[in-house]
Amino acid sequence: MTITPPSPAQPSSQVFEYAPAPESRSIVDIAPSYGLFVDGEFVDGSGEAMKTVNPATEEVLSEVAVGTEADVDRAVRAARRAFTRVWGPMRPADRGKYLFRIARLLQERAREFAVLESLDNGKPIRESRDVDVPLAAAHFFYHAGWADKLEHAGLGPAPRPLGVAGQVIPWNFPLLMLAWKVAPALATGNTVVLKPAETTPLTALLFAEVCRQADLPPGVVNIVTGAGDTGRAVVEHDDVDKVAFTGSTEVGRSIARAVAGTRKKLTLELGGKAANIVFDDAPIDQAVEGIVQGIFFNQGHVCCAGSRLLVQENVHDEVIASLQRRIGTLRVGDPLDKNTDLGAINSAEQLARVRELSDIGEAEGATRWQPDCQLPDRGFWFPPTVFTGVSPAHRIARDEVFGPVLSVLTFRTPDEAVAKANNSTYGLSAGIWSEKGSRILAIADRLRAGVVWANTFNQFDPTSPFGGYKQSGYGREGGRHGLAAYLSTGDEQ
Amino acid sequence: MIGGERLAVRKTYKLYLGGAFPRSESGRTYEVHDAKGAFLANAARASRKDARDAVVAARGAFPKWSGATAYNRGQVLYRVAEVMEGRHAQFCEEVAAGEGLSAGRARAAVDAAIDRWVWYAGWTDKLAAVLGSANPVAGPYFDFSLPEPTGVVAVLAPQRSSLLGLVSVLAPVLAGGNTAVVVTSRERPLPAVTLGEVLATSDVPGGVVNLLTGDAAELGPWLAEHDDVDAIDLTGAPPERAMEFEREAAGSIKRVLRPPAAEPDWSGDPGLGRMRTFLETKTVWHPKGF
Amino acid sequence: MTHVLDPHALTAETPPRREPPTPFADVTRSESAFRAFLHGLPGVDQVGAQSRVAVLGTRSIKTTSKAWAIDTAISMVDLTTLEGADTPGKVRSLAAKARRPDPTDPGCPPVAAVCVYGDLAGIAKEALAGTGINVAAVATAFPSGRASRAVKLADVRDAVANGADEIDMVIDRGAFLSGRYLDVFDEIVAVKEACGEAHLKVILETGELVTLDAVRRASWLAMLAGGDFIKTSTGKISPAATLPVCLVMMEAVRDFRAATGRQVGVKPAGGIRTTKDAVKHLVLVNETAGPDWLTPDWFRIGASSLLNDLLLQRQKLRTGHYSGPDHVSVD
Repeated sequence: MTITPPSPAQPSSQVFEYAPAPESRSIVDIAPSYGLFVDGEFVDGSGEAMKTVNPATEEVLSEVAVGTEADVDRAVRAARRAFTRVWGPMRPADRGKYLFRIARLLQERAREFAVLESLDNGKPIRESRDVDVPLAAAHFFYHAGWADKLEHAGLGPAPRPLGVAGQVIPWNFPLLMLAWKVAPALATGNTVVLKPAETTPLTALLFAEVCRQADLPPGVVNIVTGAGDTGRAVVEHDDVDKVAFTGSTEVGRSIARAVAGTRKKLTLELGGKAANIVFDDAPIDQAVEGIVQGIFFNQGHVCCAGSRLLVQENVHDEVIASLQRRIGTLRVGDPLDKNTDLGAINSAEQLARVRELSDIGEAEGATRWQPDCQLPDRGFWFPPTVFTGVSPAHRIARDEVFGPVLSVLTFRTPDEAVAKANNSTYGLSAGIWSEKGSRILAIADRLRAGVVWANTFNQFDPTSPFGGYKQSGYGREGGRHGLAAYLSTGDEQ
Repeated sequence: MIGGERLAVRKTYKLYLGGAFPRSESGRTYEVHDAKGAFLANAARASRKDARDAVVAARGAFPKWSGATAYNRGQVLYRVAEVMEGRHAQFCEEVAAGEGLSAGRARAAVDAAIDRWVWYAGWTDKLAAVLGSANPVAGPYFDFSLPEPTGVVAVLAPQRSSLLGLVSVLAPVLAGGNTAVVVTSRERPLPAVTLGEVLATSDVPGGVVNLLTGDAAELGPWLAEHDDVDAIDLTGAPPERAMEFEREAAGSIKRVLRPPAAEPDWSGDPGLGRMRTFLETKTVWHPKGF
Repeated sequence: MTHVLDPHALTAETPPRREPPTPFADVTRSESAFRAFLHGLPGVDQVGAQSRVAVLGTRSIKTTSKAWAIDTAISMVDLTTLEGADTPGKVRSLAAKARRPDPTDPGCPPVAAVCVYGDLAGIAKEALAGTGINVAAVATAFPSGRASRAVKLADVRDAVANGADEIDMVIDRGAFLSGRYLDVFDEIVAVKEACGEAHLKVILETGELVTLDAVRRASWLAMLAGGDFIKTSTGKISPAATLPVCLVMMEAVRDFRAATGRQVGVKPAGGIRTTKDAVKHLVLVNETAGPDWLTPDWFRIGASSLLNDLLLQRQKLRTGHYSGPDHVSVD
């Protein structure tokens, strides 16, 4: 026997390329067209149907019905009927059981939901699979348990449902936002007319199928797809008792105007411009991860994104160098590839806005940095972007970009950090990075923001109330606090 | 005057703003009459600029008041009750005259108003326990939620119940740590003016409460539109204008407490609703690791 | 207490304290300066580190990249036997496996080194002659490190004399945990000196250090003292190599090279049993310190049973069907 000389390992200079690892899209079955889900049936919409596209390829995925005022009226009437005849009188424990069923079905069909979400929204499958869908199921699971325990929620001895909830949700977390809205509404005994976002209706329609699979009584959940006009019809319908909206502050304002003078209870979850504050004693490597997670999670299409990095001046260079090195490892591309970190921008319109604000940032004198990264030829793409030398007066320090664009500002003292962090009309979230416990608690106290992540960022949980201060909206979603949005406590006045 | 009764020293009724008692910058006053139409006094008629100044004062007072310990705020509110007690007779007279109540019913209203301060004084250091929570998130994090004051709250006080109604809408705002700009009952402002004097001589820091006598219909829109007002209570808004004020408040996403269909009987158990309306929930996450 | 060997003999034997590389030359000037330096390193948030490795663990390595990763992992293995029952026969059989991990496939790369106790280094050396595979010997009163310094140094010299190309020493965890950082430093310097030409891997025994802050400090201490590699564990203490520990160590070598220009290798050892574990480590290396570390010169995996799993996975990729334990050798 001769010993063959061992073959050397691959040349050491070879980069560890990850071969494409696409999630199979064959698991989803997208129909060529979809109707509205009203009173337990899929029905035609009266408006001219709209197309929904895959933002990563611009491929048309399906045609989706557009609900008109008349369609919304039918949906609200179905919801009212279901509220008075079925869902309202039902034993609370049974309502809970329906929610448990839905939670389980979401878990069972998780892959299908994840793939469909990534197709329609452009977000990486890693996120839809590991964040959106499991959290959506968790929301139903959590709220299911509340259904027969509401008298223990600290909202008075006999809180009552409001009736019909009209809900309008955004495109950044289509299924998860649906869950944030529908789960508490149903658990508290309300029925629902939900309008998904124009560009991301598909998972809501798959959810409608889940409702049917769960034998949820007809009319308890109605889904009316469409654009702004459809949403307006939902919000303005006279027989809606409760309006819940997540989206831009601008639309939030107009909704608040529209419900003025009515009996409708309103909760708003609007924009943000979160400060992510990094002190010089921060756990730097985790802070850098937190900055990345804060602004590049879901392509920065996150209302609570940490879009303003406030870094202590004495560690600025070190943090930025680490951050740039880390951003260099982000994998941008096919949302269905399991190794993709950053997917597509959701729409041409949003891409135009991200581009516009970035150009303004440069024009106003901030320095733009982007890693070398190859973007696909088709679809809507924007590379991860960092602006340094941003001053609080710059528009990229004040306006919500809602994209993968980070603005870096500096501070010297904790007081300055707090003052700059609070210098915003928004107040949704904030981050603090420091190893000093007393400092974290003191800063957290002084930040005017509804969610403060200390040494972490962009964490969500159904048990944890989420919502804003100031012009980021009012009302909370999640936890015991979230129930209040859908209940009448009797001591409102 | 020769002999006879002593000539009374009449009081000039002013605004209570930033801890001081200025006249309206506009110089305007209006006549206040009792329930039977007899002249009682000239009150300052606050202008939009007074409202603006009041918002500045309230904003300035917010960090200290909201940053005070709950125990301290409770003591300060209790002190208000103590000082009011010393002016019990004066309040009774003013309430009786303004609201046309019998002495007995006026006394009951004043008693209830003082007791309401005591009730809310006792709430300050319980709110966080009752409205807050530790949230059992599915991960290695300590996660808690606490109520925090919304900020500067504009209060259009009830038009009928000039003291008990006023205290019932003001105290819950303060108990949560907010500062307030109050437009008093237009026709019945005198107990509010006296309350201002009580506040000034108790331990409530200047600017925490600003009392504007005048017309909610005139000041309401300015406060509703004001970008630096975080919330508005429309209880005393003219019913036909409330919707308009609510619309204007939407511009800066204010928290709005809509007016009741009719002014309620303020003697009932207030519940937590009013305090909850003017509280935000802050949720804080922190990892748990070695 | 009687010592046959003077426990303080070191002072007589060791040259004046070696300076760490620039720009850290002065950090060892005193116990307090060194402590201030090590405690001034950025903290590590354990939960953050765990969630980072959890995300890296979701990387999906398929087809060609998987084949590359398996071969690379095989070439990085320090094939190890560290049992009281070890014999020359066992070591020879391990050496044969090291040269030809998969006898059915000449394309399979050899491992990086065979790792044994010092007294068997000579046997391993002989069995591996001419292969380019290194002999690594554990020394310094492995695994506890509880012996006088003279004994430890003698242990090192003996292993080197027996032909070890690499010495895997253990740090004095007792000294480290009680804050006597300069003692630990001096000992590594002395061991390095005793190694002569042999490469020095410094075992931190992270399972006994417990916190990631301590892992970062110990990593820096070992690098400043001149270690060529930092290694997680002896394999005798649980937990041995974990991904968060490896993450912190990769960050340390990355930052150390950026500051000093000197590259230090990393060796997780113990607990890496499956191809999946090994690939996760390679992904972690790739995305933390970068591809410069993705060679056997700079990254090793201390393992015994891992190799067979790598071979089974390799066969599966090559043949397209699943293999079984009878198709790899039992050592």
